[in-house]
Amino acid sequence: MRVAIVDYDAGNLRSVQRACQAVGLDGFITASPEEVLAADKIIFPGVGSSVSAVDTLHDRGLFDALIEAFQKGTPLLGICLGSQIVLEHTEEGDKDCLGLIDGVVERFDFADRTYKIPHIGWNEISISQPHPLLRQVEDGDEFYFVHSYFTRPTQQANVIATTDYNINFCSILAKDNLFATQFHLEKSGKKGLSILAEFASWEGGSAC
Amino acid sequence: MLSKRIIACLDVRNGKLAKSVKFVDTKDIGDPVEKAQEYYEDGLDELVFYDITASSDDRNIMLDVVEDVAKKVYIPFSVGGGVRSVEDASKLLWAGAEKINVNSAAVKRPELIAECAHAIGNQNVVLSMDILRREECREFPSGYEVVINGGRTPMGVDALAWALQGESLGAGELVVNSIDADGTREGYEIKLTRMIAEAVSIPVIASGGAGKPEHLYEVLTEGKADAALVASMVHYGDYTVSELKQWLHDKGVKVRLKY
Repeated sequence: MRVAIVDYDAGNLRSVQRACQAVGLDGFITASPEEVLAADKIIFPGVGSSVSAVDTLHDRGLFDALIEAFQKGTPLLGICLGSQIVLEHTEEGDKDCLGLIDGVVERFDFADRTYKIPHIGWNEISISQPHPLLRQVEDGDEFYFVHSYFTRPTQQANVIATTDYNINFCSILAKDNLFATQFHLEKSGKKGLSILAEFASWEGGSAC
Repeated sequence: MLSKRIIACLDVRNGKLAKSVKFVDTKDIGDPVEKAQEYYEDGLDELVFYDITASSDDRNIMLDVVEDVAKKVYIPFSVGGGVRSVEDASKLLWAGAEKINVNSAAVKRPELIAECAHAIGNQNVVLSMDILRREECREFPSGYEVVINGGRTPMGVDALAWALQGESLGAGELVVNSIDADGTREGYEIKLTRMIAEAVSIPVIASGGAGKPEHLYEVLTEGKADAALVASMVHYGDYTVSELKQWLHDKGVKVRLKY
């Protein structure tokens, strides 16, 4: 099985690759749209700014390749910035994104300064609806977050889990063959790795 | 709700784990990769490695340690000690570190923080500050001074001013390390930690002085720290990470218990 880890100069792809190895998934890092389209599965990671990320996706022809891969049903896993770019639009640099899921990305904006931004650290998820990739995850399990922006899907049907950080935001979203986590599952210990392990055998879809 | 983090600090010299008391008299106490894995299995939230290797010729040993840790430990970890340039930082990130720590080199050349933040992202740049208690005076209005070179060299810089400058230059987190408390195991420097935590809007990691679970409780509540660094209290087996977290949980501190 060929698992493409999409390289668009957005973060430490090797961490994701190592985590794949830990669960027996052989991920290869690629910036080629052809290789992304030919892959059996796609992991779309990312940290940093979505402004340069979206530009790089366009420059490398990956923007259209990802949309095409989603439409033809390739299982797709988004992580952190990768979970934001799948929506239609982000406030960060006022950028249009992939639009695989209806909704937008907004910045945390708190009057209460005790809520620091970025939201950094381990936080709980509250599962809104079951999903096959969460077979080994329970309500209240904690994952490692680092982000200043959060996703706001239009349809409640796309919200798989939420997390509280002054507000209640969507921390996992999914649609058909796409599953995306705001947290870094590759840095979230065994609970995080379990999602990758389930991804290895996931064919897409939400049937548990 | 966000959990308070327990972070273990491992001082590494020539690839071996060392623990310093007041930054002198270091002694080897084991293999850093094994220790890291042991703590990971026991529910640690994050790791920090400080490379205290004396000779810069031996720094590549640290990159090997980082590579090995990254293959076995799937929680965030940062590496500091001897990060003087974006190139140093990038090498550590490529080897597998999640974040880098800058310290002495940033005090000498503050632009290093901005350069690293630009190259690898603010959230991946941790500013570590070694701090000594002073009489409050015009030079040190906060009553604390920044020191470098493992605490030996005073820099004439006020600690609070440096924390604020570090934040504005792009540091994503701050480690507030009290040289007075380091290695004493008599408790964190609460007043210092709280002063800085209240002044900045990035997470503050308290460091130096942890000896008992009560110390962690104090600094995470009264001291307003987002995370507490522990070293000798876990390295020598006096407490396990899971014991500390359970103890904090029982006292009402939100920590990650399921892992």
